[in-house]
Amino acid sequence: MGEFKVHRVRFFNYVPPGIRCVAYNNQSNRLAVSRTDGTVEIYNLSANYFQEKFFPGHESRATEALCWAEGQRLFSAGLNGEILEYDLQALNIKYAMDAFGGPIWSMIASPSGSQLLVGCEDGSVKLFQITPDKIQFERNFDPQKSRVLSLSWHPSGTHIAAGSIDYISVFDVKSGSAIHKMIVDRQYMGVSKRKCIVWGVAFLSDGTVISVDSAGKVQFWDSATGTLVKSHLIANADVQSIAVADQEDSFVVGTAEGTVFHFQLVSVTSNSTEKQWVRTKPFQHHTHDVRTVAHSPTALISGGTDTHLVIRPLMEKVEVKNYDAALRKITFPHRRLISCSRKRQLLLFQFAHHLELWRLGSTAATGKNGDILPLSKNADHLLHLKTKGPENIICSSISPCGSWIAYSTASRVFLYRLNYEHDNISLQRISKMPAFLRSALQILFSEDSTKLFVASNQGSLHIIRLLEGSFKHLHTFQPQSGTVEAMCLLAVSPDGNWLAASGTSAGVHVYNVKHLKLHCTVPAYNFPVTALAIAPNTNNLVIAHSDQQVFEYSIPDKQYTEWSRNVQKQGFHHLWLQRDTPITHISFHPKRPMHILLHDAYMFCIIDKSLPLPNDKTVLYNPLPPTNESDVFRRRTGHAFKISKIYKPLLFMDLLDEGTLVAVERPLDDIIAQLPPPIKKKKFGT
Amino acid sequence: MAALGEEFTLSAEALFAGPDGLLGVEPSDKTDHFLVTDRSRTVVLYKVSDQKPLGSWSVKQGQIITCPAVCNYQTGEHIVVHDNKVLRIWNNEDVNLDKVFKATLSAEVHKIHSIQGTEPLVLFEGGAVRGLEALLAEPQQKIEKVICDGEVIKWTKFFVVFRHPVLVFITEKDGNHYAYVQMFNSRNLSKYSLLLGQEEKSVTLNFTAYVDRKFISLMSLSSDGCIYETLIPIYPGDTEKNQRLVRSLLLKAVVSGITRNGVTLTALDQDHVAVLGPPLPSSKECLSIWNIKFQTLQTSKELPQGTSGQLWFYGENLFMLHGKCLTVVPYKCGSSSLAGALGKLKHTQDTGTQTMPHFVNWEMSQGCGLGSPNSEQPRILRRKKTEISLQPEVPASEQLLSTIKSGSEKHIEVELRKFLAKWTPDFHTAIGDILTGLLGRCKAEPSFYPQNCLMQLIQTHVLSYSLCPGLMDTALEKTDVQMLQLCLQQFPDIPESVTCACLKTFLSIGDDSLQGININMESIFDYSNTEQDEKMEEQSEILRNGFNAEKNYSNHNRDLSKKPQDSTEETSSCPVIPKRAALLRNAILHSAYSETFLLPHLKDLPAQDITLFLQYLYFLYLKCSENATMTLPGIHPPTLSQIMDWICLLLDANFTVVLMIPEAKRLLINLYKFVKSQISVYSELNKIEVSFREIQKLNQEKNNTGLYSIEVLELF
Repeated sequence: MGEFKVHRVRFFNYVPPGIRCVAYNNQSNRLAVSRTDGTVEIYNLSANYFQEKFFPGHESRATEALCWAEGQRLFSAGLNGEILEYDLQALNIKYAMDAFGGPIWSMIASPSGSQLLVGCEDGSVKLFQITPDKIQFERNFDPQKSRVLSLSWHPSGTHIAAGSIDYISVFDVKSGSAIHKMIVDRQYMGVSKRKCIVWGVAFLSDGTVISVDSAGKVQFWDSATGTLVKSHLIANADVQSIAVADQEDSFVVGTAEGTVFHFQLVSVTSNSTEKQWVRTKPFQHHTHDVRTVAHSPTALISGGTDTHLVIRPLMEKVEVKNYDAALRKITFPHRRLISCSRKRQLLLFQFAHHLELWRLGSTAATGKNGDILPLSKNADHLLHLKTKGPENIICSSISPCGSWIAYSTASRVFLYRLNYEHDNISLQRISKMPAFLRSALQILFSEDSTKLFVASNQGSLHIIRLLEGSFKHLHTFQPQSGTVEAMCLLAVSPDGNWLAASGTSAGVHVYNVKHLKLHCTVPAYNFPVTALAIAPNTNNLVIAHSDQQVFEYSIPDKQYTEWSRNVQKQGFHHLWLQRDTPITHISFHPKRPMHILLHDAYMFCIIDKSLPLPNDKTVLYNPLPPTNESDVFRRRTGHAFKISKIYKPLLFMDLLDEGTLVAVERPLDDIIAQLPPPIKKKKFGT
Repeated sequence: MAALGEEFTLSAEALFAGPDGLLGVEPSDKTDHFLVTDRSRTVVLYKVSDQKPLGSWSVKQGQIITCPAVCNYQTGEHIVVHDNKVLRIWNNEDVNLDKVFKATLSAEVHKIHSIQGTEPLVLFEGGAVRGLEALLAEPQQKIEKVICDGEVIKWTKFFVVFRHPVLVFITEKDGNHYAYVQMFNSRNLSKYSLLLGQEEKSVTLNFTAYVDRKFISLMSLSSDGCIYETLIPIYPGDTEKNQRLVRSLLLKAVVSGITRNGVTLTALDQDHVAVLGPPLPSSKECLSIWNIKFQTLQTSKELPQGTSGQLWFYGENLFMLHGKCLTVVPYKCGSSSLAGALGKLKHTQDTGTQTMPHFVNWEMSQGCGLGSPNSEQPRILRRKKTEISLQPEVPASEQLLSTIKSGSEKHIEVELRKFLAKWTPDFHTAIGDILTGLLGRCKAEPSFYPQNCLMQLIQTHVLSYSLCPGLMDTALEKTDVQMLQLCLQQFPDIPESVTCACLKTFLSIGDDSLQGININMESIFDYSNTEQDEKMEEQSEILRNGFNAEKNYSNHNRDLSKKPQDSTEETSSCPVIPKRAALLRNAILHSAYSETFLLPHLKDLPAQDITLFLQYLYFLYLKCSENATMTLPGIHPPTLSQIMDWICLLLDANFTVVLMIPEAKRLLINLYKFVKSQISVYSELNKIEVSFREIQKLNQEKNNTGLYSIEVLELF
């Protein structure tokens, strides 16, 4: 099949930021996740948990609360005291509004979705009315003595519960006055000095308020009388989050020890109507604090400092064995953070606030499968480019020739020219970027490095011609009339004639760059596109979707290729469809037109279109080299999918030249090593 | 659960109840109203809840009522036949039967049937059936004869099946019974002859029937005291006349087998049947409710004054003639529980012998292996499939049971092996029965103890403690440790008291008597082997899991170190002989228990046994701590926590006793020392955990190929 020299790179020192909030939207089955650096990601749970949208973070914006309101509108609030609304179409921030209460610790939408409630540092609880295009301050509730860390609305909308330090207040929404103040026991492991922080509250329709606090307790309060009904001590550390199912028959809490507990409302005896809350299942999928939990109808969702987003399906709620039945642990973003220059063998790593440029080493030796070759030259760190301003980098790219670097933040696009003189490199910033290039979601250079393609968040695509040290705007493809959907993925054909662009939901548009017009649109598919590439010579567009389907579409013929039709007719191998990370990169072999190279986080695969497709009976992944069996046997068992699982977690893999690959791995242990130490637990003699 | 209510009588002065009882009790159009017809001239309308008659009508002197009065639900009138041919129809307001509507028919009437929702049907003695309306339109019409000469109608019943009236009647000729099914709508008459099956001698006394979907289930009470069931298809399959139906045994010995008139039965619902008759030859008559499905007696009521052998059931009331009075017994069938259904089987055995449990396998009740060794038990529960079956051969299990009763031990063993070789559908129940039979004989004959048979039965893996509670008791009595070990390993549900009794036996049985017994020694030899090695290695000071016995003693306890030889001895050699060890380790330590229930029984252990057991447990604990994985060698070793739990339990139960025994003192001290040293090891481990992690990290880095490498990959 082929022998490659693989540059195995593990120096991409990427640490995903910890998860701070998750918010589940039942209506669209989407999950919003905010991270400690202010990044907000939207996962489509119906589309195999694909991360379909993201909003870049901002240094000063630490999100503390995230919620959906008015159906599909997403709001967040943070310690800078601002409430933000996100534009899910254009993928930018619609507006930011100061609540004037100091840092905001908590925010929740009313059961009807028309009002927002925020809890602030100064002890105020503020009610905002959601108008069609903005939010409007309505009034303050009775001020509290200390910061309001958690809020919950009674399902009827008449009362709210607010958790502060050492107590929980119950407010009447109409009058805005506190009707009960329930003091939480401060006692912590027998010591009663510490303050008891109420990290989360949940108001049930029968008037019960459930609170979780820093003393490791889950407590049930009667809001009518303001009395403690029941108390469960579940952890030696803080219980930091709570989420209740819509049916109010189960809820989930997350602790600082990394444990998630499931509570269920269970009949006391069979056939009796009397029910009580019982702690049913503990899950330990996290090593660090579980900062936030959510409860979808079929799964428990948790996230925390250890940066994993864990989706644990409730097996009793799952009916069919499909994607929903498997435990998901999402650690890495579903977009590319790495680009490479084939000609100069350079890798560009994108971090939140800087870029790193590395040159790969080389070797003269050869070897057989599995050998580690002696290096004649090690990899060099060429450049460390810090961004200006507090905004995170959205996307970045290095040109194939290695002499251009472009990146974009939420407000500006930057373009640099690199000059190589022997071992020295000089960097020259191209100033005076055109005004319309405010923010880009994706940047791509053409194969010959003469053109730059920029997908802006307004849905338009700009083509810029690069000249030595300057540039010229060539053309802008405007979005289809009436749509403002942002394009997130771009692909250009090696001959530079075709440009493919895909948004988050609609189909893939193919533009003719020569004639500067829309060539065709690939029929829309139910699942979002995760990767795009155009093959050399044939100009076949290969599209990977989040349900693990791969299509090949002939651009000149404006139809799916014969091979793609065959694949669809026969179907993919069931193990292929059961993979749980999306394909994030597709590339081609310049000398072998029948090969498609693609990878996800846990495997790298070469699809050989000339070989028969595997059916469900054949072994999809066979890591062992075939023993000296006859060619006949090899031909009989051989199939189109050649898979390697040596490199994982694999963030990037590309072909540098005919016989050389580059693989960028990010071992989880290296990430854990950079996280703060978890709460220490006894290991021996337990 | 079926239950009978408090009986009450209806004032009977108006009735003339002859020796043959009443002619009939029929419901009227109002609920709670019933028409009672006596054998001579009178019809009385009762309101049952008030226990009083609402009206009474008599025919003229000289006339005689030949057919019970019924109510025409469509008009609300009452109909009666006197002198076989004369039909009278009247209202509640009529006073004199002489003056009411009269129609004289051309043939003799056997019975008029009327049920809610249909026109009354008149069944003639010749088997012909007419609707009342058609008959009244032309009373003198010719009535054909359907049944043969000499055939007499014995019993009739009228159903509505899927809105179609169906009339069933049974005739008898020369001791043979025939069933006729008249579909009234289609005028379709089918005839079936009822075959008796193998029980030739019995005479059928009485019938009852209920509709079970597409069949009429006809139950007949025979003179041998059994109830048989015959399924009559409502819709005849083929047109062939004179089909044969075979009856099958449903319930055995519900009444004593005397041919007497005073027995009858009535189907109450799908599952319940009421039987009137003496349960034993000598006893008084009884009204009993049987559950057919579970074949159990649900309830019964004694009727000391005797009955006429007639029983009617309408709605919720059973009517019968008790003595001279018409008695009503309310019947109610609530939702039944299994325990209730199992409930009231009366044991009429001698009170001296203990009753053996019977096995009823609910999944396979059709099995015929339910025989009991004692054929005198009156109520053997059986149910056969209603298939037309030839004479079944005597089941193997029954054969075996009879062998068990009298055969020699050798013979039984041979038979049992034969039986076990083939699998039957009722294997579970048969095994249970056989075991019960064996145990029964063991009790009766102290010299009889078929150990091999019992072992074989246990090894079938189908038994549990609750299925044969007597087994372990017997084994304990005989101190058959081999059997006890097997039981402990096989049975999932041994009560703690029995476990404890076994423990006691295992500990107290003499070494020499143990030597002769063949015990499962699985994994025990590994011990003695390691023991040998251990003794040799002891010299070269191996560090056991951070703890060295000898060193520890000398460091921590100077005065004890005077006898280091002794303590080494104690820790390294097993305190019990291997056979006992096998019993304790492989059986007792693995048994399931609940602390609360075990603790009180552990208190009953004698002091020596406690010491011995504790010594053995301590030995196991030490063995456990010898290797890094904290496990014992061998297959299925008890876990460390199992051992610790037993140590704790034993100490909890007998703490004061252990404190008082001088021999135990050393053991306690050693145990304390060892546990203490283990705790300190663990705390030390916890302290250096961080260092471990660092070492691990260093190791990892060594293995790591670094941050960058170029490798060769070949894809196949």
